[in-house]
Order: sequence, then C-alpha cells, then structure tokens
Amino acid sequence: MNTTNMLLAAPEFWVLIMACVILIADLFIREERRGIIHMMAMITLVFAAIITVRGDYLSEGLRSATAFNGSFIRDPMGDVLKLFSFFILGIVYVYAKFYLRQFRMFRTDFYTLTLFALLGVMLLISANSLVTIYLGLELTSLSTYALVAFDRESKRGSEAAMKYFVLGSMASGMLLYGMSMIYGATGSMDLADISVAISNQDGDSMILVFGLVFLVVGLAFKLGVVPFHMWIPDVYEGAPAAVTLFISAIPKMAGFAMAYRLLYTGLGDLHTDWQQMLSILAVLSIVLGNLAAIAQTNIKRMLAYSTISHMGFILMGLLPGTADGFGASMYYVIVYSLMSAGAFGMIILLSARGVEAEQLDDFKGLNQRNGWYAAIMAMIMFSMAGVPVFVGFFAKWLVIKAALDAGLLWLAISAVIFSVVGAFYYLRVIKLMYFDEPLTESPIDAPVDFNAVISLNGLLMLGLGVFSGSLIAVCMSAFGA
Amino acid sequence: MASNWPILSILIWLPILGGLAILTVGNQRAPLARVMALVISILVFVFSIFMLMAFDPSTAAMKFSELSPWIAAFNVNYHLGVDGFSVPLILLTTFFGVLVVIAGWEVIQERVQQYMAAFLIMEGLMVGVFSALDALLFYVFFEAMLIPMFLLIGMWGGPRRVYATIKFFLYTFLGSVFMLIGLIYLYIQSGTWSILEWQDFPLTLEVQKWLFLGFLAAFSVKIPMWPVHTWLPDAHVEAPTGGSVILAAIMLKIGGYGFIRFSLPITPDAAAALDWLIIALSLITVVYIGFVALVQEDMKKLIAYSSISHMGFVTLGLFIAFAIFQNSDGGEGAALGVEGAMVQMISHGFISGALFLCVGVLYDRLHSRMIVDYGGVAHTMPWFAAFAVLFFMANSGLPGTSGFVGEFMVILAAFQANFWYAFLASLTLILGAAYSLWLVKRVIFGPVGSKKVAKLEDINAREALVLGTLAVAVLLLGLWPEPLVNLMHASVDQLLAHIQQPKFTMAGN
Repeated sequence: MNTTNMLLAAPEFWVLIMACVILIADLFIREERRGIIHMMAMITLVFAAIITVRGDYLSEGLRSATAFNGSFIRDPMGDVLKLFSFFILGIVYVYAKFYLRQFRMFRTDFYTLTLFALLGVMLLISANSLVTIYLGLELTSLSTYALVAFDRESKRGSEAAMKYFVLGSMASGMLLYGMSMIYGATGSMDLADISVAISNQDGDSMILVFGLVFLVVGLAFKLGVVPFHMWIPDVYEGAPAAVTLFISAIPKMAGFAMAYRLLYTGLGDLHTDWQQMLSILAVLSIVLGNLAAIAQTNIKRMLAYSTISHMGFILMGLLPGTADGFGASMYYVIVYSLMSAGAFGMIILLSARGVEAEQLDDFKGLNQRNGWYAAIMAMIMFSMAGVPVFVGFFAKWLVIKAALDAGLLWLAISAVIFSVVGAFYYLRVIKLMYFDEPLTESPIDAPVDFNAVISLNGLLMLGLGVFSGSLIAVCMSAFGA
Repeated sequence: MASNWPILSILIWLPILGGLAILTVGNQRAPLARVMALVISILVFVFSIFMLMAFDPSTAAMKFSELSPWIAAFNVNYHLGVDGFSVPLILLTTFFGVLVVIAGWEVIQERVQQYMAAFLIMEGLMVGVFSALDALLFYVFFEAMLIPMFLLIGMWGGPRRVYATIKFFLYTFLGSVFMLIGLIYLYIQSGTWSILEWQDFPLTLEVQKWLFLGFLAAFSVKIPMWPVHTWLPDAHVEAPTGGSVILAAIMLKIGGYGFIRFSLPITPDAAAALDWLIIALSLITVVYIGFVALVQEDMKKLIAYSSISHMGFVTLGLFIAFAIFQNSDGGEGAALGVEGAMVQMISHGFISGALFLCVGVLYDRLHSRMIVDYGGVAHTMPWFAAFAVLFFMANSGLPGTSGFVGEFMVILAAFQANFWYAFLASLTLILGAAYSLWLVKRVIFGPVGSKKVAKLEDINAREALVLGTLAVAVLLLGLWPEPLVNLMHASVDQLLAHIQQPKFTMAGN
C-alpha cells in the first residue's frame, strides 16, 4: 500500500493553506478594502478546482488511489463532488458578498469559516477510514455552528446555533459510539479492512448491526432526515440567509459521500440491514417534509422542510446499493445544491437593506417588478417540484428508478404521490410571483456579478434539464456504471 | 420541400424558441409581440402543411424519423416520428396555434409578450407530445406542457383562477406520475425507452394490467373521463378564451392520443381484459355528463361538460374494438370505431374551439358568461348568431357537420359490439341536441334580454375571420371526411392487427 503519496491530498492542502493565508491577510487589510478577501477566496476555489482536475493519480486499471495508510482516498466520485463543491461555493460567495455588505456583516470570518468547512467537506468526501470521517465531520460541523451565530446581535441566530450545536454534538456522539462498536467487531478503522472482515464473518454480527444502527442515526442527524430533522427548520430560519445558503448547499455533498463510504465501502455486506433502515427514513422524510412545508409562511422554513424531503429522495438512490443508484443519488445531491443555492440567492436578492425577505409574501407580484428574476425563481421552483423539463425532474426520475431497481414499489409510489403534494407549495410561490399584485413597487437592484451568477444559476435549471445527458453521464461514470 | 429537413424538430422548436424570443421584447412593445407571434405561428402552420404534403399515408411506418441520443447512460433518445394518428393532431395543433394568436389580438392588453410566448411554447410542446417516440421524451413534453397552461390560466383567468389553475396542475400531475412509474418499470424490464420496441415487448397479463392502470391514471385525467373530470369545468371557466380553446381543442386530445400510443399497443391484453371498465366509464361519461351539461347556467361550463361528454365517444370508439373482435371475425367494425374516435377528436377540436371562441366574443362585450344575462343576441349580432348556431348544431351532431361523422361512426361500430352500448351512446344525440339547442334558444333567440344586449356590436373582421375559418373546417370535415380517414387508415389497420396478437404468450405465461 502506498503510504506516502501525499500529493493525492494536494487540493486539501491548498485549501488549508489558503484558509490560513486569508486568516492572516485579514490583519493587514483595511475594512474598506475587504473585497480583496473575497477575491482571494474565489481564487482559492479556482485553483483548488484546477489542482483537482490536473491530478493524474490513477494507475493502470485502478479506479482509486489511497494515501496516509489508506485513510484517505482519491477516486473519480470524490473528484466530481469536490469540483461541484468548489463551483457551488463560488456561487455562494457571490450571493453572500451582496448579503453581507447589505447587512454590515462583511467580515473575513465568513470566508475563513466557510473555507475550513469546505476543507472538512473535502476530507469527508475522501475519507477512507472511520477516523478521517469523524475528523472531516467535526471540522465541517464546528465551522457551521459558528457560522450560524455569525450575526452576533441576533437572538434567533444564537438560539439556532445553540440548538444546532447541542443536537449536532449528540449526533456526533452517536456516530462515534457506532464507530467504536464497528471497530470492536472488526478490529479495524480502515473501511476497506472493515469490509473484508465483515465478508469473512469475523465480527460478531450482533454488535455489527448495533453499531450500524448508531451510524445510521448519526448520519441521519447530519443529513437531517426524519425523525432526526428537528434542527433543520430552526437553523435555517435563525441563521443569516447567507449562512443558510451555505449550509443548505455544501455540507449535503459531504453527507452523501459519507453515506456512500460508510454504508457501501465499509458495510456493504450489511446491505439488507441498512436498506431497510434507509427506506423507512426516506419515506418518513418525504412525507413529513412535504406535508410540513405546506403550512409554512416563512420561506426559509418552507425551504427547510423542502430540504428534508429532498434528503429523503437522496436516500432513495442509495437503496439498491448499485452503481446506478449511487450515481442517481450523487446527481440528485448536486442538482439539489444548485437549486437550493438559487433559491436562497433569490431571498438575498429580495432582501431590502437590513430586512431579510423571508416571508412568502415578499415574493408577491415579482413578475411585475422584474420579469427575469421571477422567471429565475419560477425555474428553480418548478425544478424543485420535479416538473420536466427542468433538471429536478431528472434527479427525481433517477432516484425513483433506483427505488424500483431495489424492488421497493411501495416507496416509489409514496415518493411520487408526495412529490405531487410537494408541488403544491412550490406552485404557491409561483402563484405569489405571477398571479398576485406586488406589495411594493421599489425596484430591485443588485451588482453585476450577482446578476450574472443568479442568471446562470436559473438557466442551469433549464440547461441541465434540456441537455441532461452530460451531467448524468458524469455522475454515472464516477461510479463506473 | 427537401425531404431530409428535420421537419418535426422545426415544428417543435420553432414555436418554443420563437416564444422565448418574444419574451425578450418587453412589456412596452405589445404590437411587436403580437406581430412576432402571428408570424411565427403562421410559419409553423405552413411547415406543418409541408409535412402533410410530404406524408405518405399508404404505410403505417413512422415517417420523418429523427433519432439521436439524449441521455446515453440510460438509453434515452431524442426520437421523433409521426404516423397516421399523429399527423392530423399535429395539424390541428398548428392550426389552432394561429387562431389563438388572432383571437387574443385585442383582448389581451396586459403582459402581451408573456401571453403570446406561453401559447407558442405550449404549441411546440404539444407537437412534441404528438411526435415523441421515446417514452421519456413523451413524458417530458407531456408534463412540461402544464407549465404554460398553468401560468395562462393563473395570469389571465377569471376571479377563481388560482383555485382552478392549481387544481388543474395538481390533478394532471398526480395522474401522470403513476404513468412515470409504469414507464420506468418498462425500461427496467426491457432496457429501452422506445415506444415502438415496447409495443413488441412481451409482458405477462398481470404486469400488463398494472401498467394499463398506470396509463389509465394519466390519460383518463387528461381526456378527461368520469369520475376524474372535475378539474376541467373549473379550468375552462376560469381560463382566458385562448386558454379554453387550446385546452378543449388540443390538450384533451392528448389523453386520447395516449390511449392510442400507449395503452392499446403496449398492453393490448390488459386492454382486452379491462375493456369493460373503459366502456362503462365512457358510457357513464357520455350519458351522465350529458345530463350534467343540461343544467348548467354558465355557458363555458356547459361547453366544458359537453366536451367531456364528447370525449367519452373517443374512449368508447377505441375500446369497443375488443368486443367487436369477439362478435365478428372481420374486424371491419373495429376499424370503424377507432377511425370514428380519431375523427371525433379532430372534429371536436374544431367545434369546441369554435364554441369557446363564440363565448369569448360575447364575454369580451358583456363580461358575463351567464346564460340569463343574454337573450335575443341574434337581433343585435346577426352574423355572430349565424356562426354560433352553426357550431352549436355541429356540437349536437347535425348531419353535414363534422360533429355528425365521428359520432355516427362510433355508434355504428358500437352496434357490432353490443346493442346496449350503441343505445346508450346514441342518447347523446338527444342530450347533445337538448343542451346545445336550449342554450341557443336562451342566448341567441327570443326577445332582446336586456339593455346591454341591445347595445351589442356585431363581430368585427378579425372575429369573423377566426369563426369563418372554423366554420369552413367544420363543414368540410362534415361533408368530406374521406381525406382525413385515408390519412390514418394504414395506421389504424396496423394497430388493430397488433392488438389482436396476445403478448403474454410470448412472455411464457
């Protein structure tokens, strides 16, 4: 085993170094020139992407390479997820800059914390042992706890951060407990070794399944699926929109990767056990998320519940345990992150100076105020509802196919029925924008970069749908399908 | 006309891209938006005429095929092609594409560019539905079509438009997701999305029945059949005139087309086993909804119910084929039934479109759809009255109009299946005449109802052009249906030959 090929982790090192550089640079940059920090963060992302793409690490006939005694893995799936993390974080930065400036919170901490969270996400994506998983998870979580309380004056923000911290720590505890059981049963921290040990039936299967339950609970907490979803609505509502934007988009990528590494790479032989658990979590999330979203008047809460239901759909893709299924899940998570980024971007756009546009009524009559912004939001909403030809439909299509591949017809049927229920609240946003009269005539203005990025984000909903073959092919080939 | 042109792609994408281009015109330049919409829709219609002229009706094979990979990882293709079933429906679509643009010319004053764009995009998507030969492509067009209609009803509709449009969207969405599951199942079994390959793919009877029910969920809502018809009257009443016209003239036909393209050839044995269900629902639709239409006080609602009742004939004509096969060995009557159903679809497209336009003409002047608000319109609007009476006569199946041809063919075929089918179906001739003519009596004839009616102005040249064109179409199809029937004859024969071959024997059941 190659133990020293540290270059495999070059993107991670780069992000780490740049996060530290930005932290120090802040000391020397005056407040009014803080745009430089933004530029540095963007450059970090661009070069991280270049380094990731240029990394030529695969030797003949192999689909992955490991480093650090096998605790770190580079594979096409990880690269794809990382690249989309960089891309979507870039979008997030553009939206966030506009927001933070308006709300007088344009501080460097936002960039360092998000970059450290990104580092955690990257570690999680490339984790190949229980220790790395835990490390990446905690790095992500601690950074996001702090981000939620980013607005120091806001009581709601502090409350949400506290809740998030307490529940998140509990989840970490559960995960750690489960990991210790798995370690006890198999005698290894390395996912590949664990997998070998299980298939040789070395460990006590009782302890293994017990450990699995705790792992799934921890995972479910982090992804925010029912019945471990309680923190999501409060955190989404309490955090500043720029932070909610980040939380809703980036860590989900890591959540998917973690589920894949843990459940498939590590515990693939317990497939029948975790399939049952995940299918119940999935259906509960889809049902409860979609029903609860209908009752919301706050759009951040509505999107929180919508996230819960989307997470249910992502779990559906994991169920068959096949390359097609994981590809479907990965496609869904990428598409979801794009949609979510766009939706929160719209909230930021409509936020007038110092007041977040977090009520659904703030969207009233948007079509009359600005037709193009309304069209962007409409595309995002139709996409989230899963209406063709928007990209969200293809994501739903693939995970429903995965559920049918796994032979879970009941799950597929409940998923489609509740996606129709879900369509109702997405349509309500469109109704507010197109069928109602505006409450205010004040013009909406945004900087050029914001306009360009949100237009791109909206058009991606349509473009990735009409030309859906390419991204689907990328996701499928990442798993060798 | 160069035969190697991608004529179907042009018919789909020209209106869609044209519609998007109109969106960029902006709110201020409404006249430009109107002219652009008219030019594009006429161009599309001209192209569809070219297609008709190049179409060879002598074989049932798919013409003008286009095939290129779309989602290669799952074998999804951008596969288009038309046969005798789709060509008439595509022509109907492009024809009404022009008419609704003209019909909305003066009526729509707000956000004209969005109105016109919605119609053009919808037109392209509907042509897509009629020409898709890949099931996923079909589904995408089938669903995407809901979006412009949703916005049309919601933005330019009547007072209860939000309720109506959300009901319309969710109802049809719910129906079609079940079909989606069926389609995915078929893909997992067969490894292809090609509708044509699915037609020859062996399936057990059990599986066919479930798939059939999935298709039924989608298409029965769309067409619509009793008891899932309740979205239609609401949507029609609240929709702007153009929306009602497209809804009645074309969108309902997509349900019927779905039965022809999916239910019958892909699950023929289930269709044979469950034909009693469809026939029963169709007869209930024809008779019960006919009675419901009789008591309506809102003109648009009356026409909406009459549409549902007439669409019952379509499903009846399609599904009596199996009973006819059992009763006679020739199967001549079966072809009559299917062709009757197709003629009925086309003719109902013209008639219902014309009727909604007539109501639109009245509504634009008095802003009321209630029958009681009118009376004696013939005194003030003689030209309009002439057209309206013609269309209502056609609606009640007067010989010489297109309304007669389809109904007569279906009833004739029904006699070969079962006397009582034919008897019940024939009731519509009485009911249709009753509600149509009673409406004519109350609205058009009699003494002038109110001062407002007395001040009505007769139709202008634009309205006369629209109604006149439709009147010609209705009469032409009524007096000389031969060309239309010839167009689809080969396809009908092939369909009937296909559905007589049991598929489950191939599946080894």
